[in-house]
Amino acid sequence: MAAANAAAAALSVHELRKTYGTVAAVDAVSFAVRAGECYALLGPNGAGKTSILRCCLGLTAYDSGAIDLLGYRIPAQARLARQRTGVVSQMDNLDPDFTVEENLVVYGRYFGIDRHTIGRRIPELLEFASLGQKVHARISELSGGMKRRLMLARALVNDPSLILMDEPTTGLDPQARHLIWERLKQLLSRGKTILLTTHFMDEAERLADRLAILDRGHKIAEGTPRELIREQIEPEVVEVFGEGAVEWARDRAPSLSSRVEIAGETAFCYVTDATAILRELEQRPGLRHLYRPANLEDVFLKLTGREMRAEW
Amino acid sequence: MTNPAAFWRVPRVSRRFIPVWQRNMLVWRRYLLERVLSNIVEPAITLVAFGYGLGTLLPQIDGVAYLPYLAGGTLCVSVMYSAKFESLWGAYSRMEVQHTWAAILNAPVAIDDILLGELAWAATKSVLTGAAMLLIVWALGLARTPLALFVLPLSFIAGLSFSAMALIVNARAKGWDTLSTYFTIVVTPMIFLGGVFFPLSRLPPWLQEISAFLPLTALVQLVRPLMLDRVPEGAAFRLALLLFYAFGCYFVAVGLSRRRLLR
Repeated sequence: MAAANAAAAALSVHELRKTYGTVAAVDAVSFAVRAGECYALLGPNGAGKTSILRCCLGLTAYDSGAIDLLGYRIPAQARLARQRTGVVSQMDNLDPDFTVEENLVVYGRYFGIDRHTIGRRIPELLEFASLGQKVHARISELSGGMKRRLMLARALVNDPSLILMDEPTTGLDPQARHLIWERLKQLLSRGKTILLTTHFMDEAERLADRLAILDRGHKIAEGTPRELIREQIEPEVVEVFGEGAVEWARDRAPSLSSRVEIAGETAFCYVTDATAILRELEQRPGLRHLYRPANLEDVFLKLTGREMRAEW
Repeated sequence: MTNPAAFWRVPRVSRRFIPVWQRNMLVWRRYLLERVLSNIVEPAITLVAFGYGLGTLLPQIDGVAYLPYLAGGTLCVSVMYSAKFESLWGAYSRMEVQHTWAAILNAPVAIDDILLGELAWAATKSVLTGAAMLLIVWALGLARTPLALFVLPLSFIAGLSFSAMALIVNARAKGWDTLSTYFTIVVTPMIFLGGVFFPLSRLPPWLQEISAFLPLTALVQLVRPLMLDRVPEGAAFRLALLLFYAFGCYFVAVGLSRRRLLR
């Protein structure tokens, strides 16, 4: 039974519910990650993303539902499942007392990998992480991006078929983020399956084959990034801000756009054709605007009435 | 599933506790010199200062001069300190500051294994400290008997019990202050109730009764006679007491750590 499931889905989560006291951190969430794809859980902090990952790894008990990871029942067989899974957690938990190389050797031992075997794999792992020059460096000598890449290399010591990543690029500068993204694509091209959580639209749009948008423990939408944008909202957005923007949006915008959302001091005007609204805005030098294609953030805003960014 | 009973299942351990022990060993080797010095120098000073300074003013205790009397007690305190420090400040830092345990839990290693690895490591340090102390004592011309070598396995067993107690505190600690408080109200008084500096017969009877069930007392009452080339009295009870602390406290520490970390 395990093998048959695994062929279809690397991970399946069914009606998962996890409560802390009276608060449901995860409420009836279901999704399946197909082997070889990158699936993202997208949502603001507190949406339940990390709780889902912890449940999947068997690191916390859940109230009801079912999880199958690589054919193993979680939490009963969590240990076997973790043997074949790689995890990159959100916080840096590299061993500060060790060098880059020692971090990999020591971590490999937790999987029962002996020093000799890991020793042969280290050059390849460090090459992948672009840390070839840093074999003997201490962790304190590494930049944030290097540390995250070492975390990624460390998650690969057991050659996992599924990799779980919690906010893989949070806190990194743009250059470091691009390098991580590029590495994740390499992993996907090698046939690895990736489940990642993120609150970055661009990250989800760029990497995920499919994604689920989460809000307050609920899954509120699922699909490919393009599907979600196409199905849920108008193709273009004009963001209007500056003094008087909110008043203008109340009085004028509804007649010029198919839908208007106001979040904070900014009005989001959704349109299929922006010509009319842009012409109107030319007459209003006090207002500033940004004209762009719709993205996942807009989907989130429409479905919840809130900005994801505002909740950081 | 989230019922609290799940946290109190009997610990299930695997060989994966060994890499946890190895990790701590590797860190210790890195800072070998400073760690050994700090572990050894202080007890050595105590021994010399009190033994020679105070010892010359004191009559014999139980037919023994004060310096050899104190040697056994001081050794036991060092053995206790090294396990306690490792399982209080060391373990807390690995759990809460460096998130080392969180990283290990993402691998196929259970909390039960992590705590067993910590326990085994702390006990190993107790043995290393016990051995270093024996050398110092030997260099002072004391405890030159083969029986003194039994101190090493005893240090291991006592290290397990001292560490297991500390891991309970660690699992409940709200911060560094909790560790200091435990040290002040439990560890330090144990030194004065444990027969380290003076015979237990000097304590009021009700304190003697409490003292008899303290792990440090058990260790001192085993180690001191051995170092004086005598066979300890009541050895079976004292060994059983140490093992009871080790297993019992490990069980509680695992339950509390699961409750803290597997949320």
